Amino acid sequence: MNEQVGLRGKAWFKALTGSDTPKNGDPHSVLATTAAVGNESALFLCVVPDKDSRFPCVRDGQVGLEEAFTLATHVRAVIAEDHDKPREAKRPIVAIVDVKSQAYGRREETAGIFFAAATSADAYASARMAGHPVISLVAGQAFSGGFLTHGYQANRILAFDDAGIVIHAMHKEAAARITRRSVAELEQLGHEIAPMSYDVRDYAKLGLLFKLLHTDDPLHPTSNEVAEVRKAITEAIADARKGKLNLSNRWESEAAKETRKGTLEVRAALEAQWFNE
Amino acid sequence: MNAPTLIPDFVNRKSFIELSARARAQSLFDEGTWKELVGPFDHIESPWLAKQGIAPQSDDGCIVIKGKIGGSRAVAIAFEGAFQGGSVGEVSGAKMTAALDLATKDSEAGKPTAAVLLLETGGVRLQEANLGLAAVAEIISSALALRQYAPVITIVAGTVGCFGGMSLVAGLSSYTIMTREARLGLNGPEVIEQESGIDEFDSSDRALIWAIHGGEQRVGMGLADLLVEDDAGKIAAAVRDFVHKGVPEKHRSEQVELYRARIAALDTSSQIDPATLRQQWGNPKGGVR
Repeated sequence: MNEQVGLRGKAWFKALTGSDTPKNGDPHSVLATTAAVGNESALFLCVVPDKDSRFPCVRDGQVGLEEAFTLATHVRAVIAEDHDKPREAKRPIVAIVDVKSQAYGRREETAGIFFAAATSADAYASARMAGHPVISLVAGQAFSGGFLTHGYQANRILAFDDAGIVIHAMHKEAAARITRRSVAELEQLGHEIAPMSYDVRDYAKLGLLFKLLHTDDPLHPTSNEVAEVRKAITEAIADARKGKLNLSNRWESEAAKETRKGTLEVRAALEAQWFNE
Repeated sequence: MNAPTLIPDFVNRKSFIELSARARAQSLFDEGTWKELVGPFDHIESPWLAKQGIAPQSDDGCIVIKGKIGGSRAVAIAFEGAFQGGSVGEVSGAKMTAALDLATKDSEAGKPTAAVLLLETGGVRLQEANLGLAAVAEIISSALALRQYAPVITIVAGTVGCFGGMSLVAGLSSYTIMTREARLGLNGPEVIEQESGIDEFDSSDRALIWAIHGGEQRVGMGLADLLVEDDAGKIAAAVRDFVHKGVPEKHRSEQVELYRARIAALDTSSQIDPATLRQQWGNPKGGVR
């Protein structure tokens, strides 16, 4: 898995929208455009590497200050434009996710990247709560603060199923160091403890995904594969429109009944005691 | 002749930082109005830690207390920094999400219930990795839902500080209260040094850390609302004021254009001086008490 992070995201953005040029006024690390999906149009968003970024710590496809505020701007524009439309006519928002992490930089910390990330998560969640179907397609990596900023507030999450997909809180080397284990020990634990695994098929057991998708070569999708993915996005949009506006589908899913017993137990206990006055 | 004895204020004040998460949360409520929910005697522990040879705790490091603050309905949810660094695990995270959801339910039913989040946390508990990260996403969602009806007030008092995914929760709160001993940021200095090198961030440079992440700076630059002394009485009074103030007209995290323009105006050719940034972004409304 030595390919550069962000290339898969870009390839799928191009395949689904026909474009891969940034908008005027946007940093070159954010792709945003409106394109057809099903029989309607949707806002597509993607963060890509920009080796010339004026922020050095985002050049490999990390999500930094400009990326977060740009995503928030586009999402909020769609919320405002569709403000008076009924729920079924609100435009879907599709986040294509291939992000290495949040930016690990001093410039970013000084200027409050924690807050920038919050504005983007806020915008995506506000869109969902306003009735926009928000769909994430994890096309490559989805790490930590990068995923929280871009994609994790979606109603429905789709992901490819190959070894290049990694959804995790921290990359292996750092997680091993901080938990005082070797990378080999960490990988072994991942086989036994689903939430620690770096394998997307284990991630699917947590009940957080709508569907796993397959492509033979995610960097070079065939037209059949693009049609399949488009169909899956359309299904996810329809399912999101039928569902609740919050994230309860994640812990109420079939898989969560097995893997998130702790979540369900604590929710039930708290509810019982809350109303028992 | 005896010299008059002068006892400075700090000798008599009750430190907030020295309190446990449970005692901190209790200290915010009107006397006799509160009770703890899903406490240690309910024994809902992390299902993942024991499998890794780590002793779980019977409240998973998250304390939920419901009661009245200044006569208004409120719930406080506190992460205990002394247990696994205040990290967000499956159970501690779900406890916070569930408490926020119940406050929203009550608020929607005409009983507005404010939430006070006491965040001493390094972020996701890596032993529960993906369920911790998922819990943070769910907390963000539930805090945003409640914020429409009642204020979400974050306190970062120290000494752990608020880092990782939970810093986004502070970022979208209605109000954030900090002390001078508190730090707030997405990435801690050690992580930045490890990922980007010592030239990017020297994690042994204490002065630099406090200049960037410290409570005085965050309030001064307008990304937090009030700097309070480490005094339990003053912090409780500040919380009462924010509960009474209610939901702000516009939340800071909705003001995308203003902050996007500020970032666009930054000179990034070298590192950004925190003091200069504070002057430029200066928050006239940010207070000190």
